[in-house]
Amino acid sequence: MRVAGARRQTMVPMVLALLWVVALAAGAVGVVQRLMTGHELSGYTSTIPWGLWVAAYVYLIGLSAGAFLLSTLIYVFGVRRLEPVGKLALFTALVCLLAALLAIWMDLGHMGRFYEVYTRGNPRSMMAWMVWLYTAYSVLLVAELWFALRGDLLARSAQPGFRGRLAASLLGRFGEAFAPSRGTAGDPDYDATADLRVVRVLGAVGVPLAIAFHGGVGALFGVVGARGFWNAPLYPLMFLVGALVSGGGLLTFIVAFFWPERDGERHRDVVSLLGRITLGLLALYALMVWAEYSITLYAAIPASSRPLYQVLGGPYPWVFWVFQVLLGTLVPAVILLARPRSVGWVGTAAFLVAASFLATRLNIVIPGLVEPQLPGLDRAYIDSRLTYQYFPSVMEWLVLIFVAAVATGLFYAGFRGLPLVVGRKEVSS
Amino acid sequence: MATRTSRRRLLRGLAAGLPALAAGGALAQVGVLKAHEKPKSNPLPGDPGEWRGQFFQQALAERANGSAVETPVKPSELPGTAAVGQDAPSAAPRAAAALSEKADLVRMQEELRRALQKPVDQRKWTMVIDLRKCIGCSACTVACKAENHLPPGVVYRPVIEEETGTYPNVTRRFLPRPCMQCDDPPCVSVCPVGATSKRPDGIVVVDYNACIGCRYCITACPYGARYFDFGENYTDGTPRKEPYEEAPSPEYGREWKRDRGKSPVGNVRKCQFCLHRLNAGMLPACVTTCVGAATYFGDKNDPDSFVNELITSGRAIRLKEEMGTDPKVYYLV
Ligand code: SF4
Ligand code: SF4
Repeated sequence: MRVAGARRQTMVPMVLALLWVVALAAGAVGVVQRLMTGHELSGYTSTIPWGLWVAAYVYLIGLSAGAFLLSTLIYVFGVRRLEPVGKLALFTALVCLLAALLAIWMDLGHMGRFYEVYTRGNPRSMMAWMVWLYTAYSVLLVAELWFALRGDLLARSAQPGFRGRLAASLLGRFGEAFAPSRGTAGDPDYDATADLRVVRVLGAVGVPLAIAFHGGVGALFGVVGARGFWNAPLYPLMFLVGALVSGGGLLTFIVAFFWPERDGERHRDVVSLLGRITLGLLALYALMVWAEYSITLYAAIPASSRPLYQVLGGPYPWVFWVFQVLLGTLVPAVILLARPRSVGWVGTAAFLVAASFLATRLNIVIPGLVEPQLPGLDRAYIDSRLTYQYFPSVMEWLVLIFVAAVATGLFYAGFRGLPLVVGRKEVSS
Repeated sequence: MATRTSRRRLLRGLAAGLPALAAGGALAQVGVLKAHEKPKSNPLPGDPGEWRGQFFQQALAERANGSAVETPVKPSELPGTAAVGQDAPSAAPRAAAALSEKADLVRMQEELRRALQKPVDQRKWTMVIDLRKCIGCSACTVACKAENHLPPGVVYRPVIEEETGTYPNVTRRFLPRPCMQCDDPPCVSVCPVGATSKRPDGIVVVDYNACIGCRYCITACPYGARYFDFGENYTDGTPRKEPYEEAPSPEYGREWKRDRGKSPVGNVRKCQFCLHRLNAGMLPACVTTCVGAATYFGDKNDPDSFVNELITSGRAIRLKEEMGTDPKVYYLV
């Protein structure tokens, strides 16, 4: 959508900036509370030990894996039409990964001990594997992004001002670590094709890695035999498709609204292709949800079907019906079908898909925990930490808002400071 | 009838006589104490030891002046105490029961000592709970709370109550639920840092200094036997902590003083069969406190052990066998 009128042009960013500052400040309050009082102000309990933050972590890490896998369409599978969004996809993946790690770090009982997963990790634990795999993935992501950006950084490093200096410093100190012999600032012998080859190799390695690590997140839930609701072999696949849907949605939204030249035919092409990819993935995910829900309900084994009834009609049915079904699936599907070439509509639909996916993640994490492990255990001992009901506390929401604000800030900083978009006009700020 | 009265009295005594720490647990048990509605002042102030002493003094005085005697409680009728009293003829059945209970405890105690002579990997600690003898008094729950100094929301051994039937054919069943100390424990394999592990004697333990507090193990336990220490206290919202909250927990043979940000706060906690007591030659607190004498404990690797006798009685079942966890807690039905 083109922003009409000079006034609106300055008003909108102002309002957004103000909102961001408020969100960051409010979120910081939550973080301070969390750091000062530990888990005392949390809404999760001993009976529902994972809550909003775990769901947010799964959501954000899914966005990361999804955005990354879409970037491989370009760098590994050679889908030329999407080429302009390659770097943006990689950077989005990196920001989402960092946000996910921030969310899950807040969730730990002993934040200072996270390193133990490296020093004394248990190879029988899916959680340990997930951490190891996303560590490898994050290293690979940073390297790939750097190689993908190097040509543009080189071109930029000669320019005066902040961007030039940033480019030079990224190439210089940081760059030495990757490719000490070539391509330091101002190098005339820079060979772009060599870098692209490296990007392709890294992307190719990244495909199985991203599949393994996000499939691993699904497996982390799937292997828990004690929770009938989670214990589904379909989970790793569902998590992967879910990552692609949400990551695809996020990328489509970003490309639709943050592209510098939003009126060109090329832009419309890219957005509409991304929109169609998102729609296809959305349909596939809906099919998987249908398979899971229908079979579980038909088989009616209490351990797995009762949590499902909670999803459909428990204390918070709107999480499923309003967010997951209506806003997350039906409305965007209708929009994407009816207006496949309207940048504004496709972007809006994609935003709905990406944002409401948090509800889908909540509907995986929480219901798996709402059923008492033994009948009567919910009434055996009455304590506020032993109830089988959960709603996130204010502190939990604030911390999540903080994570979202940090991610948005990082994204915006990168978007302004790095040459992420091909042919981007140098807009003065 | 007489036995029942004496048990009720004993119960009353227990409820009053447990250290002040138990008060928090007992109140929470009847639903009075929620995290945010703590009583303004502690109803049982003072030093637990002194308090316990007062209780006995009072009981003795009541006995001496005859004020509390419709059916006097003789020390001989307390499970696991001294011999039969003088009025043996009339109290013979009670005395016999008391004797057998005493014998049970003594036998288990001896077997415990015997097991401790063996190398650790040759013991297999096992618990048997007789559901027909459990009276649902939750004394074990409270004793465990007191023994392990458990904070609000951490209950290693709740008693699940089940009511079936319609009036007049109604019955209630009680099922204490400690950690099953699974022989194939799902909580161990999921732990990302190996903080949860199974000892050679079969007890599943948490290394508080290693646990990162991810709570994955809580999700993986099929019996709901794991709890997160949120760092809360019974006296939250009151001017100061009570001594029983300051006193360190003796778990795993160490002194764990609860403090914000320090283990075991921020860790996952669970029943460990009172490992610190076992290693000191004592039975778990829930076993010695069990009012119905329904909880048995011993070494399953000892073919002559009491627990082996009970397990092979044909009455023993285990919970959720289909999970393949191979629990080491048996229930007699
Ligand atoms: S009952 Fe739960 S906590 Fe105890 S050993 Fe088994 S799985 Fe672990
Ligand atoms: S909470 Fe502690 S014991 Fe449980 S899985 Fe995590 S690190 Fe292991």
